[in-house]
Amino acid sequence: MTKSFTLDGRIIPFEDGETIIEAAAAAGVYIPHLCHHPDYTPHGSCKLCSVKVNGRICSACTFPAEEDQEIVSESGEINADRKRITQMLFVEGNHLCPGCEKSGNCQLQAVAYHLNMVDNHFPHFFAKRELDASHPDVLIDHNRCIFCELCVRASREKDGKNVFDIGGRGINKRLIVNAPTGLLKDSDLEVTDEAAHICPTGAILIKRTGYLIPIGQRQFDQQPIDKVSLTTGQGGHEQ
Amino acid sequence: MYEHLETAQNQEKLRRIAIDPVSRVEGHGKVTLLLDENNKVRQARLHIVEFRGFERFIQGRPYWELPVLVQRLCGICPVSHHLAAAKAIDQLVGVDPKNLPVTATKLRRLLHFGQVLQSHALHFFHLSSPDLLFGFESEINKRNIIAVLNDYPGIGLQGVKLRKYGQEVIRMISGKRIHGSGAIAGGMNKALSKEERDYLLLDIDQVIDWSTSAVNLVKKIHCSNLPYYDEFATIRSNYLGLIQPNGALELYHGGIRCKNDKGETLVDHYDYRHYNDLIHEEVRSWTYMKFPYLLPLGKDNGWYRVGPLARVNNCEFIDTPLAEAQRAEFKAHGGANSLSAAALPPSLAVEAMVHSTLATHWARLIEMLHCAESIQRLLHDPDILGQDLIAHGEKRYEGIGVIEAPRGTLFHHYQIDDNDIVTKANLIVSTTSNNQAMNESVRQVAAEYLSGRELTEPLLNNVEVAIRAYDPCLSCATHAVGKMPLQLELVDAQGHLIDKIAKHSDGQVERIND
Repeated sequence: MTKSFTLDGRIIPFEDGETIIEAAAAAGVYIPHLCHHPDYTPHGSCKLCSVKVNGRICSACTFPAEEDQEIVSESGEINADRKRITQMLFVEGNHLCPGCEKSGNCQLQAVAYHLNMVDNHFPHFFAKRELDASHPDVLIDHNRCIFCELCVRASREKDGKNVFDIGGRGINKRLIVNAPTGLLKDSDLEVTDEAAHICPTGAILIKRTGYLIPIGQRQFDQQPIDKVSLTTGQGGHEQ
Repeated sequence: MYEHLETAQNQEKLRRIAIDPVSRVEGHGKVTLLLDENNKVRQARLHIVEFRGFERFIQGRPYWELPVLVQRLCGICPVSHHLAAAKAIDQLVGVDPKNLPVTATKLRRLLHFGQVLQSHALHFFHLSSPDLLFGFESEINKRNIIAVLNDYPGIGLQGVKLRKYGQEVIRMISGKRIHGSGAIAGGMNKALSKEERDYLLLDIDQVIDWSTSAVNLVKKIHCSNLPYYDEFATIRSNYLGLIQPNGALELYHGGIRCKNDKGETLVDHYDYRHYNDLIHEEVRSWTYMKFPYLLPLGKDNGWYRVGPLARVNNCEFIDTPLAEAQRAEFKAHGGANSLSAAALPPSLAVEAMVHSTLATHWARLIEMLHCAESIQRLLHDPDILGQDLIAHGEKRYEGIGVIEAPRGTLFHHYQIDDNDIVTKANLIVSTTSNNQAMNESVRQVAAEYLSGRELTEPLLNNVEVAIRAYDPCLSCATHAVGKMPLQLELVDAQGHLIDKIAKHSDGQVERIND
């Protein structure tokens, strides 16, 4: 007999070892997320996938599915929290969608649309963050990093390298590069690495490719993130 | 002509009138007038009081962002900024205009014709027609587009729909009516589909008809009171703009032509990449907007006008038939320009150039008709549906793009480093080029129409009418960072000047004790 839990009143089957978000995705139910990617070890840091499991808030990307769980995801309360979290991400970095080449292909932007975020609510930090344009083919714009560590995981788990990490604490936290100079050009990163392509926002970009995809043909022009996430099976990540 | 009104002596005895903000223009500016006890105007200035900083904050960004970043300078002519930047970054990837794919060039031209059409429609119908239809000193609550729509529904609606058509051209090519993305380094990012082309063809005949009616309307208004329209805010000046190799009117790409007030050619087919040897900019303490001038003529005599009046004056012909017929009529009128002719010896009484500031509206609508005709021609051109959109070349470190924006010649100049990051940017925006001319026109109106009279709001609108003829985009035009000269004045309750400190454009701070 198949095991199952209840998500917003719907019976969701799962297999042993699956997390809540994996089982939900397999059943065609979208739970908003940014740091989660089905190909990588769960991280549980962005907290957008928070759901209520038997009355307790848990991260759906790390919490194992179990029988008889009563899970609430699409409630006004939880979506309000998700929106606040997204707003905090926007004000902590410098996310200027109108000029950003990732606009239309950006998961942060798409999640914000999904959650009906129409303003930033909180005052901007206007954090002073730098660009690292030293690499011939790949650019880091620290203004847009949300510390999801997908590049860290992709470099380690898929590329077999160890190019990225998060250094510092709290407000001084930042993406760091494994090179004596701290510059991307002196790291092992190559443009073909998965880590160069996995960023859900516009923090890690392939140089000289911005705006090549016309408006109307970008990933989230076609479908909102909840549909893209389920049809690609990649959690909204570009193929 | 009216330079003596730029700075008055003994200012403490003068009464100050401010028009703040100047309305129905893009951006924020104000006019100050200083009057003596007899209401004689002693000083008149147009100040641009907002601050943007684009030239500074695009430094440090990768160059391919430029067309999308700088178009945010403006919501009225973003495409002109988008394309000027694109022309500059073409050079950064080693692509010169002649090497751009034919389809890409034609798509950019089509995009820009849509831009100029919509901007000219907006400017004439939404911003200026209330003055022209109701009178410069009409009731204040009449002077807006809503009143035009009420009293002249046919004209008002045509204006709205003409603008909409231009916006649709822009949307088909760049994905959005405002602030889309179309031009990229070396070409364009999207081909025009047959469906999109056919959609634009649906209304183009109507758009040409309306544009023709619009030229006839402005001509009728202008000629209804010829001496007044010819003289109001009128100044003699040099004229600058791009031109086609054969001397035809050009809005997208060409060499620089400059003529003086007598129509004598000063510079012709000048490669705009050397603009810095032709034009310099002066800063003055009382405004954030710089004053460009032609280097060979110097600061005092080298100022010039750009925009529709300059372009239609400078060209030998327009390469679309309806607009060319209108241009010929316009220039014939120039020969009868009463003020200009009166100031000249009889042998020169047939003027080569039209100097009437209000004739700028007339020239603007001739250009709008030219845009409509050109759009039709391009839509029927098989190249417009081509798929070859991007060219490649060797990286360069400097790019200069110049285009004829609706308001006039627009210069974008960038330098980048080894990492593709912008290290230097200079923008000379159309309105900046018209700075001295607008100030001269303001002073002309102040001296000829206001001086000695009791100032009322309708009377002051005359000053705004003069500024509006230039269709200024004040928010585009103000972007000098770190070079702004400032003056700080400490004045006591009786109005006596106690202390004065000036910061010069080189950063030097000086206490001035008169």
